[in-house]
Amino acid sequence: MPVSVSRRTLLASGAAASLVPGVARAEPRTLRIAMTMADIPLTTGQANQGSEGQRFMGVTVYDGMINFGLSRADIAAPLVPGLALSWEVDAATKTVWTFKLRPGVKFHDGSAFDADAVVWNLDKLIKRDAPHYDQAQATQGATYVATIASYRALDPTTVEITTHTPDAVFPYQVPYLYISSPARWKALGGDWNKFAQTPSGTGPWVLDSFTPRDRALLHRNASYWDTARIPKCERLVLLAMPDATTRVSALLSGQVNWIEAPPPDAVPQLKAAGMNITTNVYPHVWPYQLSTLPTSPFHDVRVRKAANLAIDRDGLVKLLGGLAVPARGMVQATHPWFGKPTFDIRYDPDQAKKLLREAGYGPDKRVQVKFLISTAGSGQMQPLPMNEFVQENLKDVGIDVSFDTMDWESLRARRRAGCEAPENKGADALNNSWSFPDPFNGLIGTSWSIKKPPKGVNWGSYNDPVADEIAAKAQAEFDTAKQNELLAQLHTRIVDQSMWVWVVHDLNPRAMAPNVKGFVSAQSWLQDLTPVSVE
Amino acid sequence: MHLYILRRLLYTIPIIIGVSLVCFSFIHLAPGDPINSVLPEQASAEVVAQIKAAYGFDKPLPIQYLKWFSNVLSGDFGLSIMTRRPVLSEVGPAVAHTALLAVSATLLSFLLGTSLGLVAGMTTRRVTDRSVTAFSVVGISLPHYWLGMVMVVIFAVKMRMLPATGMGPAGADLTQFGIEDIKHLLLPAVTLAMIPTGIIARSVRATVAEVRRQDFVQTLKGKGLRRPRMFLHVIKNAAPPAIAIMGLQFAQLLGGSILVETVFSWPGTGFLLNAAISTRDLPLLQGTVIVLATFFVLTNVLVDIVQTLIDPRVRRA
Repeated sequence: MPVSVSRRTLLASGAAASLVPGVARAEPRTLRIAMTMADIPLTTGQANQGSEGQRFMGVTVYDGMINFGLSRADIAAPLVPGLALSWEVDAATKTVWTFKLRPGVKFHDGSAFDADAVVWNLDKLIKRDAPHYDQAQATQGATYVATIASYRALDPTTVEITTHTPDAVFPYQVPYLYISSPARWKALGGDWNKFAQTPSGTGPWVLDSFTPRDRALLHRNASYWDTARIPKCERLVLLAMPDATTRVSALLSGQVNWIEAPPPDAVPQLKAAGMNITTNVYPHVWPYQLSTLPTSPFHDVRVRKAANLAIDRDGLVKLLGGLAVPARGMVQATHPWFGKPTFDIRYDPDQAKKLLREAGYGPDKRVQVKFLISTAGSGQMQPLPMNEFVQENLKDVGIDVSFDTMDWESLRARRRAGCEAPENKGADALNNSWSFPDPFNGLIGTSWSIKKPPKGVNWGSYNDPVADEIAAKAQAEFDTAKQNELLAQLHTRIVDQSMWVWVVHDLNPRAMAPNVKGFVSAQSWLQDLTPVSVE
Repeated sequence: MHLYILRRLLYTIPIIIGVSLVCFSFIHLAPGDPINSVLPEQASAEVVAQIKAAYGFDKPLPIQYLKWFSNVLSGDFGLSIMTRRPVLSEVGPAVAHTALLAVSATLLSFLLGTSLGLVAGMTTRRVTDRSVTAFSVVGISLPHYWLGMVMVVIFAVKMRMLPATGMGPAGADLTQFGIEDIKHLLLPAVTLAMIPTGIIARSVRATVAEVRRQDFVQTLKGKGLRRPRMFLHVIKNAAPPAIAIMGLQFAQLLGGSILVETVFSWPGTGFLLNAAISTRDLPLLQGTVIVLATFFVLTNVLVDIVQTLIDPRVRRA
């Protein structure tokens, strides 16, 4: 039996008492969070279940060599030193990265973190014949290690990683490579299932036990290497609650003091009950990725622009209870990559109709398009009412939309296949929420014509020589400031060309009991729970 | 009798094989791939192919099925795609959690349903009968999901008497069971018991009313048998069909309720199935279905045997 299901531990720890109404207030230093996931994510290092899995079982228990700085709400989360103090690329080859590691860091089990541990962790994801190669973690980490050609320890505090080609965005992949303890794995007889029960990382929280599909119990790592980030709360209880209404009830009844993603229609009730709703922009956009194949009406930039101008984003935000902001491009206007687009994405149905007329459409020849949408899914917000809202907007200007509705996993598979795949024949757009935590996924991979699936994430086969040239330069620019300038140019270009229809940015809502203090809503899919206290 | 039991047990084999085959086929008929949920967001074709091969999904479907089923026969249900934990270790605790809920709901519904049904059956066409019938119809018609949420709002959110979600600290370990565990159990058990209570009450009422109309009851009445003695005769004759209904209800409850377990975040088989379906976790889904199907079939066999013991006419039929 691989999983510890020790509820006696829970009783003994006193955390159980905090899980029932009436007793909750007796355990003021326990943070109890209702997650949207139906199961506890993988605990061995590379968490599964997407960004939420990493938010609660990645950056809590583990560190990367580079971390995201999650302490500020007013800027996009930057890269900051984690288990590495510094990193630099070889000026001549641009492929050899040297990481100087932080000395004196210990895993939860007391063993020392060093360069061998980094190599061991890369082996667990890459080296298929290594005794500790773990398919589950390798699957989760595959994207982040794809660019790595080789790696080695130069000395106990120096690691060298070589990429296949010059890759300036490689450091953005490193935070997602979580470092597990080799010593703990060996002590448990080299069994990842046993490791999952009592995992050991270097992170600010230590996992005590978990019950699949129910809860995980963690306590703070009092000897965390970053003393400024030693958790304020003594305990952390993570509860799997996929149903939004259930989460709201759990918060209102005092069973938890924090819920992820409250549904918009519950926000007034939560506020009336004295709960705090935290929101902030983060690298998320709810778009329609457009097929630009000659067979699609969206091949014509005027139709793409018309679709962007037809949507009443303020009305949609109202529908969402204010838990979103209108999008003016892939990234928010305050983002360093926004640039200076001349095409202003706004609600202007008259201009939309004019553009459609110029493109040869009118009352007798309406635009007919098919959108692929999902019923639910990570980051998809409220896909059905939102899509119906947009459908009405587009109909008003002369674009008739039919939906091909499917479940989330099917939609992801259709996205991964690209618009040219046989199964996507006749599809003009795909409504897949998008994350832009790094330059490749945000701008380069989506707009560069050579990055059509399976090589990249350019679903719509967007092909623009100007964008291609800037994307290539940005991919090869290792100076962050210069790279940001190029990315701003690229963003300007794709907005001016209406590469996609960008609709809204989600505001990453959370609801918290009034006694929860100190949370800073970072502009990131990840969040830092260490400064949070329960008074 | 032994031959009868053996025959009933042998019938279960083709049923379970059939269930596994249908489940396997339906999952593969659905669009998408079983490994979709574990693929990284921007997985390249190479990565997809590599992961497919690692999980054995690059083989033809009949081979995949035969390999899986032969492993199941040797007790190996495979590994969950999502968690890489053995399927049996996932299903085992979930079945225990659901069993706790199902047994509680069953006891509630048996007691309440039988009592109400008997009262209604013995007082046909009177106010009590009509009240019980109305209650049963309401019980059967109310959606689980809605009732669960309403009860949470009343008892957890407004009155703060009971917890809104989750299991108690003892889980399914009855030796550790305490007042907090009962508190956690109450709302989901009552929610889950509503429909079976209605069904059992209606069935028992109909059976009792029918038995009461039979000649032997009139004869007993004519002979001046006292009401309590006559009641016993009625119950004895009404029991087999009522037990059959109860058996079916128990088997269904044991299968878990996706909606009720999701509303209450109860980590049972319904919750497990929900997670397995939404993530296309094929081994977990197949393993859970096969275990539940086996439970369902065996419960029915058990009910058949109990019925036979009570009423030998069933065996002869």
